[in-house]
Amino acid sequence: MVALTINGQSHNIDVDPTTPLLWVIREQAGLTGTKYGCGIAQCGACTVHIDGVATRSCSLPVSDAAGKKIVTIEGLADNGKLTKVQQAWVEHDVPQCGYCQCGMIMAVSALLAEMPKPTDKDIDDTITNICRCGTFQQVRAAIHAAANA
Amino acid sequence: MNFVPKMNRRSFLTTSAAAGGGLALSLTLPFLGPDIVRAADGSPEVNAWVVIRPDDTVVIRIARSEMGQGTLTGLAQLVAEELECDWSKVTTEYPTPATNVARKRIWGDYSTGGSRGIRTSHEYVRKGGAAARIMLVQAAAEGWKVPVSECTVSKGVITHKASNRTATYGSVAEAAAKIEPPKDIPLKDPKTWTIAGKPLKRLDTVDKTTGKMMYGMDVKLPGMLCAAIKDCPVFGNKLASYDDSKVKSMKGVRHVLKVGETAVAVVADTWWQAKVALDALPVTWTEGPNNKVSSETIAAWLKEGLDADQAFVGNEAGNAKEAIAKAHKKVEAVYAYPYQNHAPMEPMNATAVWTPDKCEVWTGTQNGEAALAVALEASGLPVTKCDVHKLMLGGGFGRRGRSDYVSQAVLIAKQIPGTPVKLIWSREEDMLHGTYHPIMQAKLTGALDEKGNLTGLHFRLSGQSILAAVFPANLQNGKDPLTFQGLSPSGEQAFGYDIPNLLIDHSMRNPHVPPGFWRGVNINQNTIFMECFMDELALAAGKDPLEFRRSVMGKYPKNLAVLNAVAEKIGWGTPAPKGVYRGLAQVKAFDSYVAGAAEISVDSGNKIKVHRIVAATDPGYAVNPAQIHRQVAGSFVYGLSALFYQEITIKDGRVVEENFDTYNSMRISEMPEVESIVVPSGGFWGGVGEPTIAVAAPAVLNAYFAATGKRIRSFPLKNHDISMA
Repeated sequence: MVALTINGQSHNIDVDPTTPLLWVIREQAGLTGTKYGCGIAQCGACTVHIDGVATRSCSLPVSDAAGKKIVTIEGLADNGKLTKVQQAWVEHDVPQCGYCQCGMIMAVSALLAEMPKPTDKDIDDTITNICRCGTFQQVRAAIHAAANA
Repeated sequence: MNFVPKMNRRSFLTTSAAAGGGLALSLTLPFLGPDIVRAADGSPEVNAWVVIRPDDTVVIRIARSEMGQGTLTGLAQLVAEELECDWSKVTTEYPTPATNVARKRIWGDYSTGGSRGIRTSHEYVRKGGAAARIMLVQAAAEGWKVPVSECTVSKGVITHKASNRTATYGSVAEAAAKIEPPKDIPLKDPKTWTIAGKPLKRLDTVDKTTGKMMYGMDVKLPGMLCAAIKDCPVFGNKLASYDDSKVKSMKGVRHVLKVGETAVAVVADTWWQAKVALDALPVTWTEGPNNKVSSETIAAWLKEGLDADQAFVGNEAGNAKEAIAKAHKKVEAVYAYPYQNHAPMEPMNATAVWTPDKCEVWTGTQNGEAALAVALEASGLPVTKCDVHKLMLGGGFGRRGRSDYVSQAVLIAKQIPGTPVKLIWSREEDMLHGTYHPIMQAKLTGALDEKGNLTGLHFRLSGQSILAAVFPANLQNGKDPLTFQGLSPSGEQAFGYDIPNLLIDHSMRNPHVPPGFWRGVNINQNTIFMECFMDELALAAGKDPLEFRRSVMGKYPKNLAVLNAVAEKIGWGTPAPKGVYRGLAQVKAFDSYVAGAAEISVDSGNKIKVHRIVAATDPGYAVNPAQIHRQVAGSFVYGLSALFYQEITIKDGRVVEENFDTYNSMRISEMPEVESIVVPSGGFWGGVGEPTIAVAAPAVLNAYFAATGKRIRSFPLKNHDISMA
């Protein structure tokens, strides 16, 4: 049994403790907004917040997340009200296929929590998620818009 | 919290014997008879394209697949434009492929590739919208007993001014659905468009920012099991044996199954359990001659083709060999383009449930009808008992036009009757079993006269044919016409230079590695070869690359217009900022005319910073300029990732690169500022998802030569120790 707190809800999950957090979030907790892309922490589609830190959940054993505060994309909006970052994403029409965007939004949300007005260089240094559709131009514009909202 | 798709038990209106790409598309609109056809929620179909709910919501049916390219929104705009409905009340749905077959392919072609979504369906979807509008207005007029000619319509509200009456679409939809469809359906002049042609936002964005959007990966059905699969890593070989005693007792494992002749799958309660067991499963494969194939042996074979006697001629004028023999100056260069994998963010997956009476599939596919055809074959059931439910694609880029993963899912489900099974490929499986960008080499030989005029060109391609592997019936006496994309004498992929003595031919060499349609397809390498060589010729002729091109573009004003547009915007002929160098390229592809120009700087000879890209697109008509700009910007990410980083290599018959650590993709820090110019000149319909990808690489390569004097002729650039700064 692993005790997890995801989006404020407690879960006691019967799972092999070496299972990556990503798959516990998707398969046991049933939250599918967090995506599988590579399984080796390269692409960032699986990014969640663990105690506020953007973390690639595909490469973290679930046992390492026990007792910590986990937030997934489903936990961002408050009663359906989108966060500033999500709103900026909608206003800038950022997603194409959208598969990477939940991870991208989680990474950006963590960046803005730490650095409310990031420069382009801050963005370059911090946001390393892969987007095969190539939405980076809109991502950058939306980050600045969210920072200035 | 989990999305549970409803199983579609709807019975078909009629039946048909076959599915897939072989059926001819009828361009007449086969409207339904006097009985009202109803959508699943009971709302009436005005016609196949338009369902209107009592609350005035307009449901527009979309046959093509949305994979990020925006076709869902663009096609809905075209229908809504003619329908004259309220755009804020528009929503969309996919009719299932089996419903399309049952209704005699009323929605036409489901195939979504070749930048065809809008350019080959604009007419019938607009007619669908226009016919529905005519019927709705007629229904209101009949209800009021007034002439149709006295009624007007705007934003889904019909008005009879003389009597001061109005009716919403929702209030007359039932009556309209009973009306005989019009035979004469005039379409609007695009100049008068108010919904189409506008930079509207996509219809599918919000759910992509909250985690709600359902991809194939996210399907969950009651009692569902999950499968992980390993297909034979050496293409052409088979599964020899596996020892399931080692994994059967592992937690969650339910089945270890042979899948076809080449693969083995573990089915477990969760996918992670299945994957862990599969990794632990001892498996052996058959061996064969393909085990001896490597990137080196393939390259050597292609090299022979550069001078082989036999070659298929794709474009010919005058006598190129004679012109080269008589040339004042001869220029020759050999180029090579590698295998590449699509690597969409969402690895391949499909969910299937099979019983002797029904087979249903949920998946992201670029071709719902092809997925259905594959499901029919794998299930052994007739089309009346099969269907495919399309979900959002986490990227396609051509890969999801092939339905191998659907076939596997059905073959697994068939062995566990009544139990839904979700098959997910690991990223590694996705990398090892792609349908790769074909490998190609080229030798270009140009002839210049004393004045530096281009008098002849022999352009020899040597490499792989996609059609030979995928649609051999489409070969023309052995020739693959697709190989000549961007180089053809005429048509949607026409060559854009007037060279008096020209020979473009292809020595076909088909290694065992399966090729496929990869965003841009053959225009990618062909445009690199041609546009880099044009700069090489210009250098030899002592001419400016832009002036040299212009001298042979007199017969190609549309190509020239986009080339001039990027040259002007990038500032060609004016001084660049210190340390910044420029390059350009142009091509006609997928019926659009495109050009690109790049500004780069180079640090230490091998660190390239792409500062700025200017791209121009003439697609004839621009249905949504905002989404075209996004496709263009994204195409440079796809194209430059390929140029700098991406190569699939072969060792002992199998793919070496298994994940993004060895098959890299651009990040935001490497993203140049892309300035997209859309210049629709009207009179034709071109695609926008792919064309500009072809000019990305040659524009940057030509700029790199301008910066360093080094001409790179084999790719990706990482093999030359060149990276993006």
